[in-house]
Amino acid sequence: MESFFVLIMVVLLISILMTLVRALLGPTSFDRILSVNAVGTTIVVAVAVLGFLKGRPDFLDLALVYAMVNFVATIAILRFVERRDLG
Amino acid sequence: MMAWNDIVTIVLLSLGAFLALTGSLGMLRMPDFYSRLHPAGKNDSLGQLLILVGLCFQVEHWSHGGWLVASKLLLISLFLIVTAPTATHAITKAAWLDGLRPWRRPGDPQGDFGGNQEGDDV
Repeated sequence: MESFFVLIMVVLLISILMTLVRALLGPTSFDRILSVNAVGTTIVVAVAVLGFLKGRPDFLDLALVYAMVNFVATIAILRFVERRDLG
Repeated sequence: MMAWNDIVTIVLLSLGAFLALTGSLGMLRMPDFYSRLHPAGKNDSLGQLLILVGLCFQVEHWSHGGWLVASKLLLISLFLIVTAPTATHAITKAAWLDGLRPWRRPGDPQGDFGGNQEGDDV
């Protein structure tokens, strides 16, 4: 089971790297915002799997907090791009 | 043979990881911003549900604190189900209001959308 979790982690990390390439390439800024949001969602899942791999259930709190931070950050970035002001 | 919960975990996690991988592959290969929304928004939204539900079957000592781990997993999954499609919609709306339009072949009989295309200097 441990080696299967390691395989899943490798697949998720490859997926994160490919999405980050789109963050570097993407001609518009919205491509980059989309890719960073997708990376954040995949990272949450990867942290949860890592917690089960290491046998520590505390990682799930970390995953929950980062899911919230990712969503709020995406909405804040979009608001800034739209209005040029965060207020 | 393995226990039944190991088999269920392996199947669900494999499906979820496959969806995540093809989602990121689509992000690289799709030609236009509006086409890239499909793999980025949909694949992660379903893949995370499958992976996190699959991890619920690996929880041990259910009555001695295992139920807390499973409820945290389902809480993360519920939060991502609500917010990941919402964030994708917000990105789409911001791009549309900024003037970005889908790509149409030049000379298409349905006509152009007007507005900016990718790669224009705004």
